[in-house]
Amino acid sequence: MAIGLIGKKIGMTQVFSGVGKPVPVTVIEAGPCAVIQKKTVEKDGYSALKIGFLEKKPEKLTKPLRGQFNKLNGKAYAVLKELKFDEVDKYEIGDELTVDLFEPGEDVLVTGISKGKGFAGGIKRWGFSRGPMTHGSKFHRAQGSTGMSATPAKVFKGKKMPGHMGSNRVTVKNLEIIDIRDQGNILLIKGAVPGGKNGIITICKK
Amino acid sequence: MNIIDRMEKEHMRIDIPQFRSGDTVKVHVKIREGEKERIQIFQGIVIAKRKGGMSSSFTVRKISYGIGVEKIFPLHSPAIEKIEVVERGIVRRSRLYYLRKLRGKAARVKTNRYN
Repeated sequence: MAIGLIGKKIGMTQVFSGVGKPVPVTVIEAGPCAVIQKKTVEKDGYSALKIGFLEKKPEKLTKPLRGQFNKLNGKAYAVLKELKFDEVDKYEIGDELTVDLFEPGEDVLVTGISKGKGFAGGIKRWGFSRGPMTHGSKFHRAQGSTGMSATPAKVFKGKKMPGHMGSNRVTVKNLEIIDIRDQGNILLIKGAVPGGKNGIITICKK
Repeated sequence: MNIIDRMEKEHMRIDIPQFRSGDTVKVHVKIREGEKERIQIFQGIVIAKRKGGMSSSFTVRKISYGIGVEKIFPLHSPAIEKIEVVERGIVRRSRLYYLRKLRGKAARVKTNRYN
């Protein structure tokens, strides 16, 4: 992963391209983010930047949490993320990252937590086929066979079955940035991104 | 939602005339062929309008050489040069999909003579 921003998903709409074709876009309020900590190979074994998003009053935090922001003279952040990044020397603690990092037309990676679907059956979760709903059929949405008989006499590990679906960390690669609006730090990204409205997402350069 | 509403408002077109289902319109569409740009006119009856802020669209139907042709235009697209209302129609529903089954004289819409 490279340098990026933390943002909040606002919702989706459409804009028109130069030739007048509608393009579906996700509106993201990205940054400004502050560099909170630099992790280096010598000290931490890997190099990364810790960045924070959405300012918060330090008094609202517990004392142990407040400790991370000691070097930031009086600022604290609600959302923290660590981005693996080799050239940490480029940035100083307290630096502000904004949407200026990106350019329209650039491809980015977007990471977020997908919408939770609860306990889902095999059809929704894995795309199993359904049985006939009528004509005397008693097999509707059940999963069917889970394996063979006396040999191997067990269900193989990893068998696709009903269970909890969604609420996973999902990364969508190569989404194009359509437009950047500086006022309000708005990014318009082509297509859908994981999660619901007001979800926290990370936008990273490739 | 506020940010999206504001963004959409900025890009919505206010120069589009009022028209409704049943009206006959001329849609002037900009068409790009390589470097050159020209304007094509599509004239027909509006058979449906879909509302949705920035993503509103409308469907125009015409009979071209005996074959029914329908085109869906995004209402706020910059590719639309202008929309001309040729005739106001009198219809009793908002979606005129019944016109698809009709041919010739039956496939007309009553027009407003006291325009």
